[in-house]
Amino acid sequence: MPYLAAGDPDFESSLEYVEALAAGGADVIELGLPFSEPIAEGPTIQQAVVRSLEGGMTPERFFEFVAALDVDVPLVCMTYYNLIYQYGDEPVRSFVERAAEVGIEGVVVPDLPAEEADLLREACDEFGLDLIFIVAPTTAGDRLDRIMERVSGYVYVQARLGVTGARESLSDHTEETLARLEEYDVPKAVGFGISTGEHAASVVEAGADGVIVGSALIEIIAEGHETDDSTAAVAERIESLARELKAGAIEGGQRRPRPERT
Amino acid sequence: MSQPDTKFGEYGGQYVPEALMPAIEELTDAYRRYVLNNEAGFMDEFSERIEDFGGRPTPLQRAEQLSSRYGVDVYLKREDLLHGGAHKLNNALGQVLLAKYMGKERIIAETGAGQHGTATAMAAAHLDMPCEIYMGRRDINRQRPNVFRMRLNGAEVNPVDIGRGTLKEAISETMRDWATTVETTHYVIGSVVGPAPFPAMVRDFHAVISEEIRSQTAAKLGCLPGSVVACAGGGSNTMGAFAEFLGEDDVDLYAVEAGGSSLTVDEEAGVAPHSASLSTGEEGVLHGARTKLLQDRHGQIMESHSVSSGLDYSGVGPQLSHLVDEERVTPVDVGDDDALEAFHRLSQDEGIIPALETAHAFGFLETTLGPDGDGSVEFEEPVVVNVSGRGDKDLEAAIEETEARELENAPDMEVFE
Ligand SMILES: Cc1ncc(COP(=O)(O)O)c(C=O)c1O
Repeated sequence: MPYLAAGDPDFESSLEYVEALAAGGADVIELGLPFSEPIAEGPTIQQAVVRSLEGGMTPERFFEFVAALDVDVPLVCMTYYNLIYQYGDEPVRSFVERAAEVGIEGVVVPDLPAEEADLLREACDEFGLDLIFIVAPTTAGDRLDRIMERVSGYVYVQARLGVTGARESLSDHTEETLARLEEYDVPKAVGFGISTGEHAASVVEAGADGVIVGSALIEIIAEGHETDDSTAAVAERIESLARELKAGAIEGGQRRPRPERT
Repeated sequence: MSQPDTKFGEYGGQYVPEALMPAIEELTDAYRRYVLNNEAGFMDEFSERIEDFGGRPTPLQRAEQLSSRYGVDVYLKREDLLHGGAHKLNNALGQVLLAKYMGKERIIAETGAGQHGTATAMAAAHLDMPCEIYMGRRDINRQRPNVFRMRLNGAEVNPVDIGRGTLKEAISETMRDWATTVETTHYVIGSVVGPAPFPAMVRDFHAVISEEIRSQTAAKLGCLPGSVVACAGGGSNTMGAFAEFLGEDDVDLYAVEAGGSSLTVDEEAGVAPHSASLSTGEEGVLHGARTKLLQDRHGQIMESHSVSSGLDYSGVGPQLSHLVDEERVTPVDVGDDDALEAFHRLSQDEGIIPALETAHAFGFLETTLGPDGDGSVEFEEPVVVNVSGRGDKDLEAAIEETEARELENAPDMEVFE
């Protein structure tokens, strides 16, 4: 499950990059609608946000972007609450309605804890979107129950404390958090710091149903942008990392005692 | 038991990443127990330390020259005399002490003007806690003395380069640190902003300002203030000066925002050349709270501007937003030029060099009651102005900004080689 910021570094190239992810075997694609204050993001995604906003991305452009995509993979929108709140005439509802219209199947909002999510929950139910919540290494006990009651689609398992960003190694928190979630019958996608096929394999082996990878893919875009590589060349690199991650995830599933779907 | 305020009308709330929520629950619990209910004598220890280390109470002084210039009785609440040179220590000391009671091992904070960072660094040194401060690169350059003060007190100062490099970016970056280190670290937020319980808790630590004003006006004049005037960035000195009087309908409350260079906005560039979120902002969600914000029509946060770093912020405390909607607090704005003029006037006429933030509060008296004033406000007397800080940190910036303008009342700034 790859993540890209829509419109990074520009509308047209970004369309090709997202299509490359689909070609590389992505099962779900998370598309970021960039917000000027991305407080949960590390430097890689912060820079992607800057590139995309400078390229003229707005919520309306984002919906046009989604409508223009030629992919056959479920799309999930990841954005911050203020953009959802300000869109259209009816706070929250207008955004979700428009998202449903262009074919988005779910939303993740990193600055919206379950406590503040009633309005969005209602709108998502009305228009048939999944509302995906994040579970952190610090989430336990009653909080975890409350979140798992409200979640739909899948749960986003934050593998480590901190912000997004590709890392060399996996966090030891991952297995712990997955173990805590074992009893809940909701697919678990693990993200934050995963960057290679081998990481993906270990995470799936540890019980995840999916892996979320953002910064490692965005680094390819950033490098290509810096060295002025052609969109096609960058797209090829993105597709190849997507393929590696997918193969890793499948391999991880096979390493499990009893194989499950990835 | 007293319970914490988490919402103010529709404003406030807790819009933060899930990773922080357990820490915010823990903090809410600690705030309720130690601050609101004085468990383990926390508030007694706080009061003792803010007196002995901080120098409270601060004086309430009659401003002779201003009173005769404006024809109304003007009193100054001298928070500039608090240790560190601004009101900020009330909150910083309170929160660092609370972090200690909570068993936290490390302190982080953002700073705009550097006053909150300085106060936090002092409090952390005083209570023996390691401390890191995040500060926008632009603010580092315009408030250099405070950077050195923080370092002298043993704090590490981390420059923030993203965006325009001011308070908004510093807060975002501190939140990112906190999301990483939350298990051991307390984030000492510097104003009445952020997710609950911060707005209420920061207000409570600063409420000592208005508690003292109340007893000082009672003792000196046998009455309540008629008007209280305070500058507002995030609004902590503002809420501190207002807190005691919120239920006293006869006390008029004025929050003075930075009008910057103009109240217009440039949507294309995403820039508002001012920081007047109470007067011109619209409801939205930033840094953990629903409040009034400077934002474009899509909901992207706009970059603010003010000659004073401490007011240069696109948001404002949620309770202030609510009090403005309820018409309990009157928001007004004073631009860069008038603030600079007021900076010089207070220095010359009263012998007090105010912080540039504070100068906005005095600019409000001049633009309404001064010789060229518009007479738009009838002040109830006595008028108490909160002198939120002293201007030593601003000398470099004030000289530079003064030279860039033709200010009638500016002294000679020639440098002798
Ligand atoms: C002296 C002084 N006054 C006022 C402010 C503005 O903060 P607040 O609006 O929270 O009082 C600052 C902030 O740095 C300050 O240093």
